[in-house]
Amino acid sequence: MAERERTVMPPRGGIFVPKTQVMDAADLRRAVTRIAHEIVERNHGVDDVALIGLQTGGVPLAHRLHDALRTIGADQMGSRTDVPLGSLDVAFYRDDIGLRPVLPEAVTDIPFDLTGMTVVLVDDVLFTGRTVRAALNALNDYGRPLAVQLAVMIDRGHRQLPIRPDFVGKNVPTRFDEQVDVADDGVTIGEIARPQP
Amino acid sequence: MKHLLSVQDLGAEGVHEVMRLTDSFVEVSGRAIPRVPALRGKTVVSLFYEDSTRTRLSFETAAKRLSADTMTFSVSSSSVNKGESLRDTVETIEAMGIDAVVVRHKSSGVPWRIASWVNASVINAGDGWHQHPTQALLDCYTIRSRKGDLGGLRIAIVGDVMHSRVARSDVDAFAALGAEVLLVAPPTLLPASLEGWPVKITHSLDEVIGGLDVIYLLRIQRERMTEALLPSLREYRAVYGLTADRLRALRRDALVMHPGPMNRGVEIDAEAAEDERSVITAQVSNGVAVRMAVLYLLLGSGADLVAPPAGDQ
Amino acid sequence: MNGHALVIRGGEVVDHRGRRVADVAVRAGTITAVEPGIDAGPGVRVLDASGCVVAPGLVDLHAHLREPGGEAAETVETASRAAARGGYTAVVAMPNTDPPIDSAAVARQVLELGRHALCDVGVAGAITVGRKGEQLAPMAELADLGVRLFTDDGSGVQDTRLMRRALQYSLALGITLAQHCEDASLAAGGQMHEGTWSSKLGMPGIPAEAEELMVMRDIALVRLTGAPVHFLHLSTAGSVAMVRAAKDQGLPVTAEAAPHHFTLTHAEAESFDPVYKVNPPLRTDDDVAAVKRGLADGAIDAIATDHAPHTQEAKEAPWDEAPPGMLGLETALSLALTELGLPIDAVLALMSWQPARIAGLIEHGGPVAPGRPANVTVIDPAERWTVQPERLASRARNTPYAGRPLVGRVRHTVLRGEAVVVGGEAQR
Repeated sequence: MAERERTVMPPRGGIFVPKTQVMDAADLRRAVTRIAHEIVERNHGVDDVALIGLQTGGVPLAHRLHDALRTIGADQMGSRTDVPLGSLDVAFYRDDIGLRPVLPEAVTDIPFDLTGMTVVLVDDVLFTGRTVRAALNALNDYGRPLAVQLAVMIDRGHRQLPIRPDFVGKNVPTRFDEQVDVADDGVTIGEIARPQP
Repeated sequence: MKHLLSVQDLGAEGVHEVMRLTDSFVEVSGRAIPRVPALRGKTVVSLFYEDSTRTRLSFETAAKRLSADTMTFSVSSSSVNKGESLRDTVETIEAMGIDAVVVRHKSSGVPWRIASWVNASVINAGDGWHQHPTQALLDCYTIRSRKGDLGGLRIAIVGDVMHSRVARSDVDAFAALGAEVLLVAPPTLLPASLEGWPVKITHSLDEVIGGLDVIYLLRIQRERMTEALLPSLREYRAVYGLTADRLRALRRDALVMHPGPMNRGVEIDAEAAEDERSVITAQVSNGVAVRMAVLYLLLGSGADLVAPPAGDQ
Repeated sequence: MNGHALVIRGGEVVDHRGRRVADVAVRAGTITAVEPGIDAGPGVRVLDASGCVVAPGLVDLHAHLREPGGEAAETVETASRAAARGGYTAVVAMPNTDPPIDSAAVARQVLELGRHALCDVGVAGAITVGRKGEQLAPMAELADLGVRLFTDDGSGVQDTRLMRRALQYSLALGITLAQHCEDASLAAGGQMHEGTWSSKLGMPGIPAEAEELMVMRDIALVRLTGAPVHFLHLSTAGSVAMVRAAKDQGLPVTAEAAPHHFTLTHAEAESFDPVYKVNPPLRTDDDVAAVKRGLADGAIDAIATDHAPHTQEAKEAPWDEAPPGMLGLETALSLALTELGLPIDAVLALMSWQPARIAGLIEHGGPVAPGRPANVTVIDPAERWTVQPERLASRARNTPYAGRPLVGRVRHTVLRGEAVVVGGEAQR
């Protein structure tokens, strides 16, 4: 989700105008499956792995990864198939509080102890990296993970911080002022049109 | 939105927004490390001309959990110079560089005066008999967390309404959320004029207690007898107290509430305070999260929740 | 000295005898001629009154000059400057000073301070010693100094028997007792009018009945003793109705009302700004309407300012700690002209000759005629202006009318032949 305009505040909200589709629904499904396999491979199973989706775009993706991991099968993954799943809203950790309206979209829900676990943060779009940085700060207030990995469906470039993804669906170069929308039926590049007064 | 002086500053939409935000802060408060950096670098000052350890601590805890810096000026600890004028005191404090001042004072209207003199945000922590908006917000939140939407709930506020800022704020908030508000009190403890108040009145608690969703008890102060408002506390308890008998008449799913501190054996018997329907301790713990939401809204979020002026839409 | 010292030219003279276009000539403190086309001659000052009304100077029955004891807020001199700018040539100083005016010594002190003021200063003596309501003050001694009005203003006399005795005693002296009607036990602790706003704002209230009970009582005492009573600052519809009925029965009662009681209501308290705190308090729309009606139909004889200066610090305290009272001398006439909807001669009756008669001030209140003392004010009834607190002559700034646009303003005021205000500005 990264920099999608918050719809809560009418003056700042806008309408997404799509221009180019870069992935369709089937592409998405295949990417999810591949990323799930990569997570298993990289971590030699999922015994101490947890998934945390970032509000709001990362949450449905985290659910899909969670289901994909369950489908892969016990024999491939070791003793566990049901990976702990949580969601995180980073509003209170953002570095632009006070510069623009920032209200949480949903209540954070991390119903497990993440100390000593490998936490895979899941988001739909990786852009400047500020949301991920805020997420790393937030995780610290829940405990001390053994490691943190990052899974994103789209890396659209324009990093402003030294943050890199561990698992990527697709690299899509974009202009800074463009928007990337990840939905169930595919991934589209477009622009935000301001609502007419 | 710059200040929170009265529940009416928020309107129904604003009250809902505060409660939604409070959910997030309840979660924060439940963590091992109950802290977020949201108000880092901001300074929140408590200016308490009336003694109130619990409310002051609640605000200070809220500010600290948001990583704000706090300062305390309380008259009882004599860090407020009693000879110094109110205006001089607040202007001196503001000169130290503060972002918000949380004010409690025995005189109605003081937060409004302060807001006209300073640039900082002003939060009313209780002014005279007039308003105590954060109490009303935490009361609404507590009810919502146990009974969901307040719309249509029958809520009785029992006791010394005339002298109660909690009552005035609660009436505004409960009515804004669509509840049916009932004031239960002897005629001497009701305001001189209830014209325009969105409430029903009764002088008999026994008549209405069986139909209530929430019974909210106000504190009775001993001074009321010297003012010839009540013959005795004993008589008050007999007619308006939540005694064991009345507790039995109260529905199983009703809530018992009190803003504290309680006069056990006067407006509420110990048995009632400890009954499973009592949410009095939840009110206190919700208080911190609600105040975090208010501080965040005023100082951090950049969001604007001002109620639209009457007449719009 | 030959010729006239001062000519007021081009205006319309209005006094209790009627209206006529005429110039007014003044020499050595006396009016020498009132006729059109007066030639000024050399060395004579001309005050331009074109488009203006030339009236007898206004008389305020009720002003707090704060001296002795309260000089931080106002002095006799600064108050008199405000009075002159407001068109007043005479003002009656209330006795709630520190020490109070309950003895000849203090009365003399205030009268002496008034000798060099920009308006004539009379004093009202207290009815009781220290205004405590327990023992009669030496009213005969004060009457010898020329004091004609007596009041414990700031408080009402609570003890009925004492008030009866005071009224009986007053009969021998040819004086008038004036009452600040407030039943202290009903009003106790009240901060504003008791009603919808006090309930909403969480402030203890003063019910209308606190005033009305004492009005009722004193009318009964007037009936009992035959002594006259003047009612200060009436503020409720009930009070006005009772005074009207008493007059209809031929009882010797008179009454005054203050401008704030016909222009402002208790809704002003919403801001919690103590500039709106006053005693008796601002009341309801119905009360304001009744006061206006009383001023129009004769139930109320006079407009009196109850000018009550307070320091900025005092009025910046929380509402319940701030002292009650508002400025009034410089805005009263304009408010009356702008808000009452009465012709100017009716307004002048309420502000000049009727109060002059009640106060026993024979040198004020007109008529504007040869041989009379030259106590005159020149009013431009069409001038538009806005109240700016920092431009007022009072030492204090507690006016509730800051920023309010008004129509009608004093251009010149002449006190015993001296032009103390010219072009709206005090000359000393």
